[in-house]
Amino acid sequence: MSNIIGIGESPRRKEDFRFLTGRGNYVADMKRPDATVGVFIRSPHAHAAIRSIDTTAALALPGVEVILTGDDVAADGLGGMPCGWGISNAEGVPMKEPAFPMLAQGKVRFVGDMVAFVVADTLAQARAAAELVKINYDVLPAVVGVLEAVRPGAPQLFDDVPNNLCCDWEMGDKAAVAVAFRKAAHVARLSLVNNRLIGNPMEPRSAIAEYNAGTGHYTLWTTSQFPHVVRFLMAALVLNIPEQKLRVVAPDVGGGFGVKQFHYGEEAVITWAARRVGRPIKWVADRSEGFVSDRHGRDHVTEAELALDENGKFLALKVHTLANMGAYLSTFGPNIPTNLYAPLLGGVYTTPVIYCNVKVVFTNTVPVDAYRGAGRPEATFVVERIVDVAAAEMGIDRVEIRRRNIIPKEAYPYQTPMLVEYDSGDPMGCLEGALVAADVAGFAERKAASEREGKFRGLGYSTYVEACGLAPSRFAGRLGARGGLYESATVRVHPTGQVTVLIGTHNHGQGHETTFAQIISEKLGVNFENVDIVFGDTDRVQFGMGTYGSRSLVVGGAALSKAGDKVVVKGKKIAAHLLEAGEHDIEFKEGVFSVAGTDRSKTFQEIAGAAYVPHNYPLEVLEPGLEEQAYYDPINFTYPGGCHIAEVEIDPETGIVTLVRYTAVDDVGTVINPMIVEGQLHGGIVQGVGQALFEGAVYDEVSGQLLSGSFMDYTMPRADHVPNMNIQTHSTLCTHTPMGVKGCGEVGTIGSPAAVINSVVDALSHLGVQHVDMPATPNRIWRIIQNATMPQAAE
Amino acid sequence: MIVNFTLNGRARTVDVEPATLVSEMLRENLNLTGTHVGCDTSQCGACVVLFNGDAVKSCTLLAPALEGGTLMTIEGLAAKGGSNQLHPMQQAFHQNHGLQCGFCTPGMVMTAMAMVGKNPKPTEAEVRHGLEGNICRCTGYQNIVTSIIAGAAAMNAPATGD
Repeated sequence: MSNIIGIGESPRRKEDFRFLTGRGNYVADMKRPDATVGVFIRSPHAHAAIRSIDTTAALALPGVEVILTGDDVAADGLGGMPCGWGISNAEGVPMKEPAFPMLAQGKVRFVGDMVAFVVADTLAQARAAAELVKINYDVLPAVVGVLEAVRPGAPQLFDDVPNNLCCDWEMGDKAAVAVAFRKAAHVARLSLVNNRLIGNPMEPRSAIAEYNAGTGHYTLWTTSQFPHVVRFLMAALVLNIPEQKLRVVAPDVGGGFGVKQFHYGEEAVITWAARRVGRPIKWVADRSEGFVSDRHGRDHVTEAELALDENGKFLALKVHTLANMGAYLSTFGPNIPTNLYAPLLGGVYTTPVIYCNVKVVFTNTVPVDAYRGAGRPEATFVVERIVDVAAAEMGIDRVEIRRRNIIPKEAYPYQTPMLVEYDSGDPMGCLEGALVAADVAGFAERKAASEREGKFRGLGYSTYVEACGLAPSRFAGRLGARGGLYESATVRVHPTGQVTVLIGTHNHGQGHETTFAQIISEKLGVNFENVDIVFGDTDRVQFGMGTYGSRSLVVGGAALSKAGDKVVVKGKKIAAHLLEAGEHDIEFKEGVFSVAGTDRSKTFQEIAGAAYVPHNYPLEVLEPGLEEQAYYDPINFTYPGGCHIAEVEIDPETGIVTLVRYTAVDDVGTVINPMIVEGQLHGGIVQGVGQALFEGAVYDEVSGQLLSGSFMDYTMPRADHVPNMNIQTHSTLCTHTPMGVKGCGEVGTIGSPAAVINSVVDALSHLGVQHVDMPATPNRIWRIIQNATMPQAAE
Repeated sequence: MIVNFTLNGRARTVDVEPATLVSEMLRENLNLTGTHVGCDTSQCGACVVLFNGDAVKSCTLLAPALEGGTLMTIEGLAAKGGSNQLHPMQQAFHQNHGLQCGFCTPGMVMTAMAMVGKNPKPTEAEVRHGLEGNICRCTGYQNIVTSIIAGAAAMNAPATGD
């Protein structure tokens, strides 16, 4: 019975069964024989010198195996945590790149900085021992905000990083922008904050490491989005161990959102410690530990200016941003607020010249790195907010000003002034579609109904574009990437004709086991249930850069498609031999090789059998076996985009903002599985709504303590915070990826914060409100309303 | 201490330290790792199990409290042994794409079971309110809500007999 399920269909997910029945295999679920438990001792201070560490009493406790500190790291001559990107200023001067030790050496620089690692037989013993480790600190003044960090006299994190400035980076044509501003009929100005976020995947980070003294092999099971990169970085740059003797496994991973796409010090410490202890070690972060050690996201302070002519046409955009790096450079850290931010400041508009300056700044906070969207939500928020401000100031309707500036469909491919060239898109089509889908025509009536209830109602637009499918290696290399960004896939056809795919991306909720199987089912004409997808194990999968930046389908799927093509090519050669025909006369369709114009044919299964039982086989020209591998390096980014329309209702009595309607019309290129794409959009949008309305990491400005350090203090969207969303696609095909795909993992998070805040500002516009910073909490909104309606009470 | 209770339909006697949390007992002592721990503050709901038919966060319950009671975890819902048969609520989550990374899923399904036990035909608003104690970071909740409404309907449907 044929069950070929291909592109455009929505089979239910292959991976569901194990998760629905409690049979998932997350790192914390695994048990190794004779395992010990590891606990990290973390700095309670934001900034302090370590005077001494005394482990005597702790080591005397029963069950304690070892306590490792920065001195042990130094004694073993181990490297620090590497940064994968090296950016430079306009003169080509490289960024400041201070050492990021695995365990603190001499100084701690954020609350949560790792000071020591305690290994004992049980968790209780390890925790008891950690309590007894005496660490004497000289507490130093701390700085947590970017504005404060660059001020003269600010506490300095590093002796050789003056003013805490990692890099004064820029992109764009400053002189041309200055000329354009002189010609402007109107200049809109906006100061804004992009709030600091904590990704909080539901599964806390965890790891198990073991060392086999018999073979010299290490194994690390870790909650990672990119196990091969962890292996490479850790083996080559941190622990100096042979790469082939280190196996990194990322089994089922309970959500990532970027938080798990970095090489963390915990991974290196536990692997190093496993050899010293000679027994497996398991570490599972509790949530409060995650809050002070998972890399944070966003955290920008920005001044933007948009120059317009008298008709509301954009002439130039100028953006100055201070971006918080936290205390050290994380794996992708300096790349996020620069290369993944500035190139998107053109948005979907024809703005001819743009200049962006980003000061990348160290502070006494958790290192900041990529979080879903990474740089692109920040860019979209700047652009879509200032467009609304300009519209309001010039008295132009917000949709009309967008129509006047949107890049027309026929202008694609479109070279922006900020390096990137959009290959395809139809932002106007998305906008027009969204206006209908959101019933914008009926908004006035809904607003009037809200007013009768004493509520304010607002509508907000976000017409956005992003760059994903990370990334063309050559392009990334010019921007400072220290690695490649291709992907690899192997299609292993078994003698039965059933297929195992080995791919370098990592599936942690995205549904790859299903969508990748669809690609191969269609390409090889193999039944959907006969295709299994393997990922997340460096001993099984050849290589891979992992999953982030909406790259899995775009880059990994392309590698898979190419590997599948190679299988067909070889299959045709085998079929030509068996069918005694010329190779070019063989056609392949729906799992059958046939000689064109005849009824002579062989099934895919028969060809696979012949490849592995080569009795009648062209051995002199063709190897037995049917397994092909492909690496794919994209030639451009992909540019998904669309139009999101949010509608909110605000209760002026409480300041509570309720998201009442949400519409998204997105262009993600070819859709492999509509059900999964819609699910990705749902999740992405709600994370963006979280940033707009609820989420924000808050540090105490004096002590540097993280005040929002648990799920009690850091609000994330819950089921009753959000409405059902109306999701539609309006696709144009990517012109350079094999299947026309663009990626969909991040679009929701990129488009939604601006749409939601624009709707909040719209709801408050009758009070003269021009901007509201995120998150738009009841407290913040209530104060804005009070200040606007009762000016005498403002102070 | 010795604790006697019914676990997933089977009488069990477990010897645990009195300060052991039920989540810890399930995962560490009984190797039932389908019950997940996602926070330290009883906020996330990944550890929800059914205790005497009520949804409880197993990270807030001490093992001795189980004495004489009936506990149901995700492992007890369906698919015994090598079977691939899902409970109608699990099937509804599968059919409606009510899960992505799967980490919150056991808690969501068990919460849904308790919800439907008390309210066989919940509305969308009731389901959303009923999920107040469960966080999902992947799905945006929409498909979870759809799944629970569909699961409730399937659980209440008369057996077809064929």
